[in-house]
Amino acid sequence: MRDKRMTADEVVGEIKDGMTVGIGGWGSRRKPMTLVKALLRSGVQDLTVVTYGGADAGLLCAAGKVRKLVYGFVSLDSIPYDPWFKRARETAAIEVLELDEGMFQTGLRAAGHRLPFLPIRAGLGSDVLKYAPELKTVRSPYDDGEELVAMPALKLDVALVHLNRADKHGNAQYLGPDPYFDDLFCLAADRRYVSCEQIVETFDGPPQTLLLNRMMVDGVVEAPGGAGFTSCVPDYPRDEALQRSYAEAASDLEKWPEFYERFLG
Amino acid sequence: MSDITRAEVCVAACADLFLGAGETLASPMGLIPSLGAKLARLTTEPDLLLSDGEAFLLTPESTVEGWLPYRKVFDVVAHGRRHVVMGANQVDRFGNQNISAIGDHAKPTRQLLGFRGAPGNTINHRTSYWVPRHSTRVLVEAVDVVSGVGYDRAVGPFHDIHRVVTNLAVLDFGTPDHSMRIVSVHPGVSVDEVQKQTSFPLVVQDVTETRLPTDEELDLIRTRLDPGSKRDKEVPQ
Repeated sequence: MRDKRMTADEVVGEIKDGMTVGIGGWGSRRKPMTLVKALLRSGVQDLTVVTYGGADAGLLCAAGKVRKLVYGFVSLDSIPYDPWFKRARETAAIEVLELDEGMFQTGLRAAGHRLPFLPIRAGLGSDVLKYAPELKTVRSPYDDGEELVAMPALKLDVALVHLNRADKHGNAQYLGPDPYFDDLFCLAADRRYVSCEQIVETFDGPPQTLLLNRMMVDGVVEAPGGAGFTSCVPDYPRDEALQRSYAEAASDLEKWPEFYERFLG
Repeated sequence: MSDITRAEVCVAACADLFLGAGETLASPMGLIPSLGAKLARLTTEPDLLLSDGEAFLLTPESTVEGWLPYRKVFDVVAHGRRHVVMGANQVDRFGNQNISAIGDHAKPTRQLLGFRGAPGNTINHRTSYWVPRHSTRVLVEAVDVVSGVGYDRAVGPFHDIHRVVTNLAVLDFGTPDHSMRIVSVHPGVSVDEVQKQTSFPLVVQDVTETRLPTDEELDLIRTRLDPGSKRDKEVPQ
């Protein structure tokens, strides 16, 4: 079996200008921050970023990497709003596709199943469709004739996710309470990279926690603390103090450069 | 019991949202709706299901009785056995709700959270709203962005906006054209005051006074559910 171990910079070396990059986790939970930091340090630009957004979205906006953001929300959980995302939106610095959270999942599923779209009720009647006229509806071919949203596949060039454990072949395990959608991000992407707290020879814990198998992964990065400051339970909780520093610096352009330099390390 | 606070009236009003819900997932957002849902489960609705806000369903004794990560929450949303109580930066006379952005969506004057699950919630199952500061800025003639779908735009078989509970009143949409009406005003609040804090004309017919929590409910709120009185920060007396 292949050894897929890589460095974060090697992962980012696979990401080209203009690509669509999906980022796993949820809000300020289990975000692949080591991989995001490597992306921030790189020269890559013009990205379409697809994320249940937290500071990953904010930071990439801060660095001017984002051409378009696809999201259901952007929030730091314990802090409701991400200041950099707010600024990017309020200055119209980025294009957006703002979706219902369930539509977002359905789009990833469609991509993973190699379907052009999957039907869903969410979105009907709301302004999701008004601001995204490229989204179409479809009528049920059965007797009910119901009109539904035809959620298009959210196809990704690259998926970046962070899990608790992985082996060097790309099998990977979550140990927290929620898998989030990291498996769907990998299935939706052409190139799939997982960072992890620790690379192991064999896995402890129930096999149901093995969320990713090696068919779904092209590269593995050992990155202890690699989700920080977002949470990666049970390895560590969110670093609320560091997240507060991020949010404060992000709210004040004079404070930002110093924080950013220190944060990137 | 005496000295019943406005916050406690609001908790009981939120508990009443779940009357008859049975074995349904209650998804309250914010402190007062959460206290309301827990109160309902301890009193009138013992079969309610409640999550810890992460991925577990918990009993009133906080033991895990189920697993409900986000992906399974979406299944419940689509399946329909859920009553969500969401916040609202804006809500209008037909129950359209905005948590996305203030101003023009292309370049908002104030970016908020985003659509979150509001479009899917409102099209799939019962939805109520909690407004801790009832004012003309929140109760608006027309929302800037439709996140949650109101009655004038409702489609599909499962749309059901139940009630709006605010710090002043309980409101619903039980009128012929589903425009918002006052169900009850909280003790010490007048119909005029509720109207004055609302940007559109409310339907006023057979308005009652919001009920006070019972002694049993007060005891549960004060000694078991919120002994630190965090509720008073969300709704000051």
